[in-house]
Amino acid sequence: MKKLAACLMLSLASVGAFAKDWKVIRFGVDASYAPFESKAADGKLVGFDVDLGNAICEKLKAKCVWVENDFDGMIPALKAKKFDGILSSLSVTEKRAEQIAFSDKLFNAPVRMVAKKGSNLLPTAESLKSKRIGVEQGTTQETYAKAYWEPKGVNVVPYQNQSLVLADLGSGRLDAALQDAVQADIGFLKTPQGRDFAFAGPELKDPKTLGTGTAIGLRKDDADLRQQVNQALAAIHKDGTFDRLAKKYFSFDIYN
Amino acid sequence: MNEILQQYWQAYLWSDGYHITGVAMTLWLLTASIAIGFVLAVPLAVARVSPNPLIRGPVWFYTYVFRGTPLYIQLLVFYTGIYSIESVRAQPLLDAFFREGINCTLLAFALNTCAYTVEIFAGAIRATPYGEIEAARAYGMSSFTLYRRVILPSALRRALPYYSNEVILMLHSTTLAFTATVPDILKVARDVNSATYASFEAFGIAGALYAVIVFALVWLFRRGEQRWLAFLKPQAH
Repeated sequence: MKKLAACLMLSLASVGAFAKDWKVIRFGVDASYAPFESKAADGKLVGFDVDLGNAICEKLKAKCVWVENDFDGMIPALKAKKFDGILSSLSVTEKRAEQIAFSDKLFNAPVRMVAKKGSNLLPTAESLKSKRIGVEQGTTQETYAKAYWEPKGVNVVPYQNQSLVLADLGSGRLDAALQDAVQADIGFLKTPQGRDFAFAGPELKDPKTLGTGTAIGLRKDDADLRQQVNQALAAIHKDGTFDRLAKKYFSFDIYN
Repeated sequence: MNEILQQYWQAYLWSDGYHITGVAMTLWLLTASIAIGFVLAVPLAVARVSPNPLIRGPVWFYTYVFRGTPLYIQLLVFYTGIYSIESVRAQPLLDAFFREGINCTLLAFALNTCAYTVEIFAGAIRATPYGEIEAARAYGMSSFTLYRRVILPSALRRALPYYSNEVILMLHSTTLAFTATVPDILKVARDVNSATYASFEAFGIAGALYAVIVFALVWLFRRGEQRWLAFLKPQAH
């Protein structure tokens, strides 16, 4: 057993040594967030993030390996070297930046509130006073609602996952829900359950809680990888690959 | 570890500043569902051993359904399923009841633990020594008096060790409560995990809290057994 462990350690160490040339880049992804990352019927990973990652690997002449991992365990897994980067709609926040390094911005997905058509609710504490607002636990939207709305008398209700939030919004238990606009649009508003609902108010911006966009999460000691990824990102912006991929998924400007 | 404790101890124990959370919520879920379950289980257990199939049958069906399906599914049915029915929302009283996640959770938990408790008590009633019943009959007791004076006091006592197990399992089942947005201990642990990424500490603290509660429960039931089950202790010669 000890010998086996020693062999494993040695082989891992040697992989580590080769990986410094970054011929293989392993990305952690939680494939449950269409259209950014999800699984096609045949089990293949698809989505905007996956296309971006593959384009980056192509520019770096490296092989992309996708490792599936639950979202709330991403940062510990990155630190434990289960993969080399988190590419899974990861918003850049101060709290996360204490733990890991980030590449340059990938895109900035808008955050918007969804409410019943004609409810005249706005995403402000005054308008939402004593209303019930659903958010998914652990998201930046939850942080936002708890920081700005809850102290002013808004009833913020965290949920275990987004589909429960949308189910309760549909049944009328919630007055509104706050989430990623693209995800709400595709996962709810464009489905039969969401036909009486619409976006309420403008897009929310707050760098402190909602972050400044999403990026690839990297280990702090892999500065060389960070530099290479940033160069590749700049290159795919320059040659039009980014715009071509973005057009495939979104009808609006996802970068700004 | 110390930082987490300093920042979150109140949320772990009783409140995050806006809602009751953590240990207070878990204990409320446990005591309320166990109390409702117990009160319902005693008459239902008597019905469960009835010789009349019209009385026995429905109770058998109830315990079969609630013991035969996972509690998680029962909770989802009570929380999302029932409230999605239009006619439930149209009734003001039902609407007010099922709108609140805590009511749905308590209802599901109470009915679930009641089903198991019925079977525990019914088993103990069936195991009542026949001689005791015969003696009571010889005294001319009516069925009601027989149950009140002889069968139930003895059966509930003998059921105590099995019942304590059910209470502990119910405590562990309360971890499902967050599915219906009820902030129990595990919900706070998840909050801490997603805020600090210190998974071991976040869930370790939750585990320790559950262990302390179980320890207290076991101690309470031990005391109860010493008091009410003394007559069943192995006798010294």
